[in-house]
Amino acid sequence: MNTTKESILKEAASSCNACKQCAPLGACIAFKGIEGALPMLHGSQGCATYIRRYLISHFRETMDIASSNFSEETTIFGGNKNFNTGIDNIISQYHPKVIAIASTCLAETIGEDVQRLIYEYQATHTVETGHDPSLPEMVFASTPSYQGTHYEGFHEAVFATVKALAKKKTTSNPFSLHQLNLFCNLISPEDIRHLKEIVADFSIKAMIFPDYSDTLDGTSWDSYQRIPEGGTSIEAIENSLWAVSSLELGTILNTLTQSAGEYLQDTFGVKNFRTGLPIGIRETDKFIEILRSFSSPPVGDLGGFPEKYQKQRGRLVDLYFDGHKYVSMKRAVIYGEEDLVVGLAAFAAEIGIIPVLCATGGESGKLEETLKEALGDLYSDEIAVGQGMTFEAMEETIRNRDLHPDLFIGNSKGYYLARKLDIPIVRAGFPIHDRIGAQHNRLLGYEGTTMLFEQIVNTLLEEKQRKSSIGYKYM
Amino acid sequence: MIDKNDKSKNADALIAELHEFRDEVITKYPKKVAKKRAKSIVLSDGDNPPQIQANVRTIPGIITQRGCTYAGCKGVVLGPTRDIINITHGPIGCGFYSWLTRRNQTKPVDDNDSNFIPYCFSTDMQDSNIVFGGEEKLKQAIREAYELFHPKAIAVFSTCPVGLIGDDVHRVARHMTEEIGNGINIFGFSCEGYRGVSQSAGHHIANNGLFKNLIGRDDEVRGQLKYRVNLLGEYNIGGDAFELERVFEKCGINLLASFSGNSTVQKFENAHTADLNMVMCHRSINYVAEMMETAFGIPWIKVQPIGAHSTAKMLRKIAQYFGEQELIDKVEEVIAEEMIEVQKVLEQARKRTVGKLAMLFVGGSRAHHYQDLFEELGMTTIAAGYEFGHRDDYEGRSVIPTIQIDADSRNIEEITVTQDEIRYRPRKTEEELKALEAEGMEFNEYHGIMKQMEKGTLVIDDLSHYEMDQLIAKYKPDVFCAGIKEKFCVQKMGIPLKQLHNYDVGGPYAGFQGAINFYKDIEMMVGAAIWKEIKAPWESEDYVEATFAY
Repeated sequence: MNTTKESILKEAASSCNACKQCAPLGACIAFKGIEGALPMLHGSQGCATYIRRYLISHFRETMDIASSNFSEETTIFGGNKNFNTGIDNIISQYHPKVIAIASTCLAETIGEDVQRLIYEYQATHTVETGHDPSLPEMVFASTPSYQGTHYEGFHEAVFATVKALAKKKTTSNPFSLHQLNLFCNLISPEDIRHLKEIVADFSIKAMIFPDYSDTLDGTSWDSYQRIPEGGTSIEAIENSLWAVSSLELGTILNTLTQSAGEYLQDTFGVKNFRTGLPIGIRETDKFIEILRSFSSPPVGDLGGFPEKYQKQRGRLVDLYFDGHKYVSMKRAVIYGEEDLVVGLAAFAAEIGIIPVLCATGGESGKLEETLKEALGDLYSDEIAVGQGMTFEAMEETIRNRDLHPDLFIGNSKGYYLARKLDIPIVRAGFPIHDRIGAQHNRLLGYEGTTMLFEQIVNTLLEEKQRKSSIGYKYM
Repeated sequence: MIDKNDKSKNADALIAELHEFRDEVITKYPKKVAKKRAKSIVLSDGDNPPQIQANVRTIPGIITQRGCTYAGCKGVVLGPTRDIINITHGPIGCGFYSWLTRRNQTKPVDDNDSNFIPYCFSTDMQDSNIVFGGEEKLKQAIREAYELFHPKAIAVFSTCPVGLIGDDVHRVARHMTEEIGNGINIFGFSCEGYRGVSQSAGHHIANNGLFKNLIGRDDEVRGQLKYRVNLLGEYNIGGDAFELERVFEKCGINLLASFSGNSTVQKFENAHTADLNMVMCHRSINYVAEMMETAFGIPWIKVQPIGAHSTAKMLRKIAQYFGEQELIDKVEEVIAEEMIEVQKVLEQARKRTVGKLAMLFVGGSRAHHYQDLFEELGMTTIAAGYEFGHRDDYEGRSVIPTIQIDADSRNIEEITVTQDEIRYRPRKTEEELKALEAEGMEFNEYHGIMKQMEKGTLVIDDLSHYEMDQLIAKYKPDVFCAGIKEKFCVQKMGIPLKQLHNYDVGGPYAGFQGAINFYKDIEMMVGAAIWKEIKAPWESEDYVEATFAY
C-alpha cells in the first residue's frame, strides 16, 4: 500500500483541524526540564500567551514564559532593545540560572540573530576576568513555526541546550562510574519519574534530560516559587560530554537538524544509542536489554535484571492473557507525535489491535519505515500510514477506505472526530485538556503499559455496555 | 457599592492598608520599569477617578496576561460566529491555539444550518511560503474551504509573518470573491500579532471589518416583535447568550443580533434595522456602536447583565427607552418571576460568601461586570484591573478626549463613517432623547470600573505575574478571578481561582439563570473543604512535640 500523504489524499494546500502545534511550544516544554530555567520567546507577546495557556491546560501547572514583546517598531528596527530589556527584567525578577530562549516566526522572518544578541548582551556585562559570572547561562533554539511541528521544536531545544552547555572538556572526568545520558523525549512527568526509578534500579548513574517531572508536576506551595524546583541541573548537562553513552528514546526525533545524542557522539565521542519509546512488552524488552548492557556490574539475581521488572513483566503478560479477547482484532486509529505513534502502534499490534491508521502532523518522511521496523512481523498492509495529516484528512481516509475504527488512541484534539464517528478515545500524547491528569498519564515500561492496556480494555468494555440494548453487568 | 453590613470586620482595615502595595511592589523592579509600573497601579476613587496608565506596551520580560492583536480579532470578536469560515493565514500555531479555546457556544437552528466553530482552518505556512510569498497558498485554501463547505462568508486573518512578507490578504479576498462568485463574501483582516499593545487592537480591527464587510447588507425587517435591539460585546461563553436570548424572548423583546455570541452572517447584515444598541463589553465593541449610531441613527446604552439585579436593571432600561406600558409591565412581571428562584439560591449561597474578599483581573469589562455578582453575594472586591482595558474603561468615557494617541494606536486603521443617505433614521427625536436623559437614562456613556469600586481599593492595569503573587501573598483573597494562565499558580498558593475568560467548565453566568449558576459556583469554591487540607498534620504550626513525662 502506498502510504505517503500524497497517495492517501489529494494534496491540500490548507490545513483544516491540524494534528500538530508550533515549534516554540515544544521548545518551552523542553526548557522547563532545565533546573532554574526561565523560557523566553523572542517575538510577539501573543506567542508566549498562547503557548502558556495551551501548556497550562495540559499540565495544569504554573507556566512562566517571558517574551520580548515586539511592537511594530521592533519589527522594523530589530529586536535588540527589547531583547536586552527582557533579559534585564527576567534577571531582576526571577534570578534564573538559565534563560532559555526560543525564536518565533516574527523574529525569524525579520532575520534576528539571537546568538549575536546573546553574545552582545554578555559582552556588555563583563567583569575584569571576562563574562560576569553572576549572569545566567543563555541557551537558544531556533524554532520558527513554519519549520516542523512542536515535536521538532522540543528536540531542537534539547539539542540546543546540550550544545550550549556541554561545550568543552574543561574539567577532568567527574565520573568514577559509567555515566549514561538518557534523552527521554516528550513524555509525561509521571513517565519521567518512572524512568528515573528504572535506571536507579539498574544501578545506572544517568543524566535524564529534559527532566520536567517536578517543574511541570509540582506540589502545592508554602510560599511562592518564582521558578519551580526541579529539572536537570546545568552541571549534569555540562558533564554529559563525559558520559560513556547516550540513549535516546524515540528513533525519529528531530530530522531538521541534529539530535542531542548525535551531537555528543560527533563532538565528544559519546556513543549514541536509540530505541523506540518503551511502550508494550516488545519495546520495553528492548529498552531493558539496553539498560542491562549499561548496568555494570550486573545487579539483581538474574544477571543484571532486578526481580521487580521480571515480576512486572510477568504480571503484564498475565494481564494480556486476561484481556486479549476484548481487544483482539479491534481497529484503532493512532495519531500524534511521530515516535509516540510508533510506540503506540507497536503496542497495539502486539495485543492484537489493528492500527488501521497511524497518523501524524509531522513530516519527517520516516514514519512508515520506522513503523515497519518497530512492528516487524506484526506489520501488515492493512495499516494506513499518514504524515502531514490533519483531522480532516484522517476523517476522509477513514471514510474513503472503510476503516471502521473501534477506537482512537491519541490527544484531545481528536475528540470532534471521535464524537462524529461515535467511538471512544483513549487519551495519550499532547495536548490532553479535556481530561484531568495528563501529567500522570503513564505509558512507559511494563507498568505504564499495564495501565494503558487496562485503560483500553475498560474503554472498550464501557463502550460495549453503553451501546448494548441489554444491560450486561458481567463482561 | 457593597452593603456595609456584609463586610467582614477586617475588610476596612485591609482596604486602609492597600496604599502600601504600590510602593512595596515597585521597589523590586529596575528603576525605569518601576517608574512605568507605578503609573498603572492606583487607588480607586469613584467620585474623582485618578488617572491610570493603561493600553501602553507591556515591558519585555515581564510576564503579562495579555495576548495579541490576532487573538482579539479572530479569537474574540469573529470567532463565535458560526457560519463564517475563519482562515488563519500563517503558520500553524496561531490557528491551533485559538481553536475553540474560549468555549464559545452556538446553536444551529436546524441540520441545514452551518456551524464551522468546531473547525480550525489555517494555511499552515511553510518555509517556502515565507520566502516566496503565501498569497497563492491562501487562494488555494479559500478554494478548498469553499469546495468543502460552500459557506456564505470567508474571513482571512493575518498573523505576524504575513505582514512582514507583504502578503496582501485584502487583495486576495477581493480576487477570490470575484473568482468564486455566487454572492460569497470574502474579507481579510490585517491583525498581525505585533500590531497593537494587546488583543484590544484586534478588537478595533475586527469592529472596522464588521462594519465595512457585514453590517447593513440586508435591509429586510425580520421578526414580529416590535422592540428591536442588538446586544454588542456578548460572546456566548458557556452559553451566556442563550440565557439572555431566553430572557429577552420572555419579555417580548426582539434581539436581532448579538455581537457576536451565537451569531450568523445574516444577523450582522441585518443588525442595522434595530432601534437600540446595548453595549455589554465596552472595550471590545464600542467602536461598532458608535459607527452604527453615526451611519444609521441607532442610539446606544451601556448595560451589564451580569448579576440578577443588573439584568433587571438592563430590562428596565430597555422598557424605559421604548416607553410603552405594555413592555414596562411585562418586564416587571418577568423580573418578579425570575427573582423568586434567584433569591432562594442567593440566600443559601450568602451563608458562605458574605464578608469574603475577591480580586478580579480579567478582560476589558469582565473585571467590572462581575463585581455586581460579588456584591450580590456580599463579597468585597479589594483589587481589580483589566488585561487590555483603556483609560476610559477605568475612568469613564469622559476622559476619551484627553487620552494620548501613541504610535501603537495610530497604526490601527480609523475608518470614517458618515451618515447613510438613505437609511439614516434617528430612532428618537432630540426632545425624546432629552426627556429620557432627564429621567436618568444615559446614552453613549460608560463610567468605568472605578465608579463602582470602593474608595481606596486597588486598581492595577496589565497586572504582572509578580504583582499577582504579591497580591495573593499579602492579602489572601477568598476568590481570585482571572484566566487559565494564572489559575494554577494562584491555586498552588491555596486560593481558589475562577476563570472568567472561559468560565472553567461552568456557565452561563449572564442573566438570571446565570446569576444562579455563579452563586452556586462561588459558594462551592469558597466552601470547598480541600483548601483546608493544604498543610499535612505534621506541618501544622501548633504541632506539639511529644516530650517524656517523668
